[in-house]
Amino acid sequence: MLNYLFRRLGGAIPTLFIIIAGTFFMMRLAPGGPFARERVVPKEVEENLMRAYHLDEPLWQQFLRYLNGLIHGDFGPSFKYKDFTVAELIFGGFPVSLQLGAIAIILALVIGLTLGIWAALRQNSAVDYGAMSVSMVGIAVPNFVVAPILTLIIGMQLQLLPVGGWGKTSNYVLPVIALCLPQIAAIARLTRASMIEVLSSNFVRTARAKGLPAHLTITRHAIRAALLPVVSYLGPAIANIITGSVVVEQIFSIPGIGRYFVQGSLNRDYTLVMGVTVFYGTLIIACNLIADLLYGVLDPKVRYD
Amino acid sequence: MAVADLTAGTVPEVKGRSLWADARHRFLRNKAAVTSLIIFIIIVFACFVVPYLGLRAPDKIDWSLSSWGPPDLATGYLLGTDGNNRDLFVRLLHGGRVSLLVGFTATFVSLVIGVVWGATAGFIGGRADGFMMRIVDILYSIPFIFFVIMLTVVFGRQITLIYIAIGAVSWLDMARIVRGQTISIRRREFIEAAEASGVSKWRIITRHIIPNCLGPVVVYVTLTVPNVVLTESFISFLGMGVQEPDSSWGTLVSEAAVVMEIAPWAIIGTGSMLAITLLSLNFIGDGMRDALDPKDR
Repeated sequence: MLNYLFRRLGGAIPTLFIIIAGTFFMMRLAPGGPFARERVVPKEVEENLMRAYHLDEPLWQQFLRYLNGLIHGDFGPSFKYKDFTVAELIFGGFPVSLQLGAIAIILALVIGLTLGIWAALRQNSAVDYGAMSVSMVGIAVPNFVVAPILTLIIGMQLQLLPVGGWGKTSNYVLPVIALCLPQIAAIARLTRASMIEVLSSNFVRTARAKGLPAHLTITRHAIRAALLPVVSYLGPAIANIITGSVVVEQIFSIPGIGRYFVQGSLNRDYTLVMGVTVFYGTLIIACNLIADLLYGVLDPKVRYD
Repeated sequence: MAVADLTAGTVPEVKGRSLWADARHRFLRNKAAVTSLIIFIIIVFACFVVPYLGLRAPDKIDWSLSSWGPPDLATGYLLGTDGNNRDLFVRLLHGGRVSLLVGFTATFVSLVIGVVWGATAGFIGGRADGFMMRIVDILYSIPFIFFVIMLTVVFGRQITLIYIAIGAVSWLDMARIVRGQTISIRRREFIEAAEASGVSKWRIITRHIIPNCLGPVVVYVTLTVPNVVLTESFISFLGMGVQEPDSSWGTLVSEAAVVMEIAPWAIIGTGSMLAITLLSLNFIGDGMRDALDPKDR
């Protein structure tokens, strides 16, 4: 296992390099630039701007310059958010997105697993259909509909919770609901499917045959094996959720980093896009590695050699 | 799977039942799944055929009505009008074609590429597994919007690009889920038996590994469809997807969401269409999962 871990960590470096190079050159091939606006700026001003940000150099030189900065922990200055470095933007907003995302994921896990297991134990009953329909509503009704409905009913009409802003505990409730509903759906449905399969497998039958109480059979034996597909799903999903959602951040005016992914791309803010890509790529690699290691913990039949 | 087979299936067959015949038989006994299948077929039919039956044109503007007008059975505006005084119901049917096609594309790609990729990586293991899964990591990380912008720049703005862009990312989760299942199945006795009796690797993957992963696969497909329908609406929202006067469910729902206070029927109508389709897919998926499970008889 340790051997495997080191091999994977070694493999992360070339993977990250390809992500960085791919994004860097693809982004430069896209038309437009950070200083392209509808208003035409004088040629001298544009040239000075280009020189200040080293955009007048050949592309490969810019790439090497960026890599060199990255190795020294420098993500460069943002092109659009003046006076901010990319590192300041990312690490300023990330704690907010991380807190929201972590709460949403934990809540989604608790509710999703409960619904999924409950449905699997009563397969094809009213409970099963009910639990699955309720969880499916979370994914069938998109975020950009759920969030305004929540603000409208709970925030505006009932005046129970603030509709936006950040800092108080009450600010967490609505965005967390909006974030975790689709996750509940995915987790509950994956859990139900694999739980049904595991419940009819030999080792669960053996556990039942030797007289283990039903709740222990489920908690000690069945759940572990049934979690595999959920863990596979959660690897990338966690990386996704803790980096924030542009929709939820906009509707509830939350200072997270989800918006940078879209705004950076649309503004051609080269360094910001590179920054969030490197950041997100690292998270993806880390989460997928943890998920792969968890397989071995959950299922004794999984071997890495 | 045609519903008409229900009557034909009563004739006793002499031949042994194959996995698929058996699965069909069990699927047809599942009431929720069959009802959902019928509803889904009606929706597909309505989206692909009904628009040609001489309804009001989806880009016909009725100047005598107000925008976001309420439903009116007398004039035939079942869901009222949209922001440009056009028949929202007709637009919903037309938009369904894009959304359903995006859904089908994603399903197809994630089934063909994702399942085979994940099963192969998980079964072979070692370096090949590492290499194949790192490619998945890379594709996860490359910014999706830039990928879409690049496609639009190179090929111009066309609807096909949405299918390509969504297809390119829709198989990643599937590959990871199938790989996870495969590495837990790989050490089971029946795989060992197949290896011992000299079955080729490719045959083990297609005949033993993949059928045993079908449960999570079928369920994940039903989760992929809503995701890509929403991704499509996001691309269209950024101005790179469907173009007016064409539409899609995602764009219609997001347009209606903006005006939900003045025209609640619009969001209820468009949202329910999306929700009913996804719910029926969901029960079809569960029915297929139950029907294909070899142990659950």
